[in-house]
Amino acid sequence: MLEYLEAIFSVAVLASGIRLATPYLLAGLGETVGQRSGVLNLGVDGVMQLSAFFAYWTVLVHENLWLGIGVSVLVGLVMGIIYAIVTVFFEAQQGISGIGIFLFGLGFSDLMFQKNVGTPRFVKSLPDVRIPVLSDLPVLGEALFSHSVVIYGAFLLVPAVAWLLRKTTFGMNVRAVGENPQAADSLGVSAQRTRFIAILIGNVLAGLAGGALVLQLGVFQPNLTQGLGFIAVALVYFGAWRPSGVMVGALLYGLVAASVLQLKALQLIPRSYSDIAAMAPAVLTIAALVILAGRVKAPAALTRPFARH
Amino acid sequence: MQRLFGAAVPLLAALVAFACGAIMLVAVGADPVEGLRALVDQAVGSGPRIATTLVRATPLLLVGAGITIAFRASVVNIGGEGQIVAGALLSTIVAIQLPNLPGILLVPLVLIAGALGGAVWGAIPGALKAYASVNEILSTIMLNLVAVQFMNFLLRGWLIDPLEVERGTRIPQTARLSENATLPALIPGSRLHLGVLVAVLAAIGAYVLLWRTPLGFRLRAVGHSPEAAKAAGIPVKKSIVTALALSGSLSGLAGAILVFGSESVRMVTDGSAAGFTGSAGFNGIVAALFGGLHPLWTIPSSFLFGGLLTGATGLQRALQVPAALAVALNGIVVIFVVSSAKVRTRLDQLANARSEMKEVLKDA
Repeated sequence: MLEYLEAIFSVAVLASGIRLATPYLLAGLGETVGQRSGVLNLGVDGVMQLSAFFAYWTVLVHENLWLGIGVSVLVGLVMGIIYAIVTVFFEAQQGISGIGIFLFGLGFSDLMFQKNVGTPRFVKSLPDVRIPVLSDLPVLGEALFSHSVVIYGAFLLVPAVAWLLRKTTFGMNVRAVGENPQAADSLGVSAQRTRFIAILIGNVLAGLAGGALVLQLGVFQPNLTQGLGFIAVALVYFGAWRPSGVMVGALLYGLVAASVLQLKALQLIPRSYSDIAAMAPAVLTIAALVILAGRVKAPAALTRPFARH
Repeated sequence: MQRLFGAAVPLLAALVAFACGAIMLVAVGADPVEGLRALVDQAVGSGPRIATTLVRATPLLLVGAGITIAFRASVVNIGGEGQIVAGALLSTIVAIQLPNLPGILLVPLVLIAGALGGAVWGAIPGALKAYASVNEILSTIMLNLVAVQFMNFLLRGWLIDPLEVERGTRIPQTARLSENATLPALIPGSRLHLGVLVAVLAAIGAYVLLWRTPLGFRLRAVGHSPEAAKAAGIPVKKSIVTALALSGSLSGLAGAILVFGSESVRMVTDGSAAGFTGSAGFNGIVAALFGGLHPLWTIPSSFLFGGLLTGATGLQRALQVPAALAVALNGIVVIFVVSSAKVRTRLDQLANARSEMKEVLKDA
């Protein structure tokens, strides 16, 4: 038992947990903005796969990591525009149209990968940036302050998104539209425009999440996310539609994943049980949904298309 | 005329979607006309190819028919992948345990086991929704992830082919399952097997259930308005569980048919769900949507998408276009079809407004 605890509560697990939490966090923050405006985007996983592939391909060809990150954001933006048109203007059923985006992302990234790359080749991954002084702190310094810029950025986005939702006019519009689009719209807040922008923000962050994921790994393969994007959607419920809550959830997932990896590496989990250990994120999500259901309040108009009459 | 045009909207949406497919073909450097020819030829070019198309359509039809049941009760079931896997696992276990049972007993038994496995895997999110208000979209997706890992666990351990252990190759697959459980061919010598017939009957059954039985009436009433249904004394919670269990049972049946209708007659995993299911759990949703969420229309719709899947392998062979194109295309079809619902209602409104206007003008 002790050896398990020692393995889990280590600096290495903390550091890798933070790294693994980042794609969840970015995608979850984006989804939070969208859901607060009343739009469920189930396409996150597909967007992540697309942006991951194009970011990877860009870096493979141009050997420029920042260009890759830029491309992942751009892919998110394009998919955001498509999803926003589908949900806002065509008022499509959100759960299903999101699955359409997911299938497209899954298939198209696979298609492009097989056609343009074929066999996976490694690219350089995002470099760690040690923050002076802080990274020299004993024990935690290494785990907390020696990461890539994208990771710092993701965690800085937590207060930024909270501020956006709570303090800005746009944020108040988002929340109003998510609770009662008709009322908001009749008071002069365009429900359609607010949702459109919220969806764009959500998809841009989902795109960035895909870019972060693939450029941390340094290699792409079809179905890279393996459901990560769907878990990010569930994280928003887990985090009670608050950025800080989503961060706690993302960290929990990252740490669980890092612990499992560490236990596997130290052969503390027998190989035959590694598949059971891999169920952890999904089981954890279901358990969290059961515990939280009814205790936290979802935006009242979530998944309800808005039609102006 | 307007009405006719309204009905044509989903077809139009599909045409636009397929135009997107042509653009994708061009994007990967293939001639779209040649692509279409290769696709159609592979899908329906000969008797055996049509048989393959029908076999590929079978799990889509079963999942799709199940989806229509869930959707009519206002429950979104995105757990087809997991339910297929659950059904396949239970039917495989039954076949391993009872290898000597004669086919006349074993075939129905594995099909029932498949349906049962899927029903259980569907009832879980149903119960979670009904009794713990857990959103079923999320729980069904999560249960997909759980089912895949459970399949990997069983196929690497308990259910692994003893030969694989002996040889040390440890490919995660079961031994060849009892020949008695193999689904009999409908036409001797053809790949067309009993499963295809079962799927068509299941879709007809879903129609009868929804529109010709009290249970179906209750499910649709719950789907229409849970409050009204409750006021009318319909047990809403139980209906939700039933809808998802029924939906899951058809997916589970698809799982059993995938195992016992396959040429290798064994269960294999490449670690992912799609490796076993061929993404039928998602493609079935596409087929059901395209069939207007009606079980009977889901039959031709499934055959169309089955053809697309088989055709995609032809594309791969003739033009070296990866079959993943079909998955992307399915996604586009979903997006266009769900978007077209709005266009249709707008057209209806327009038609109504125009006829009203005529009335007004006549009066004046």
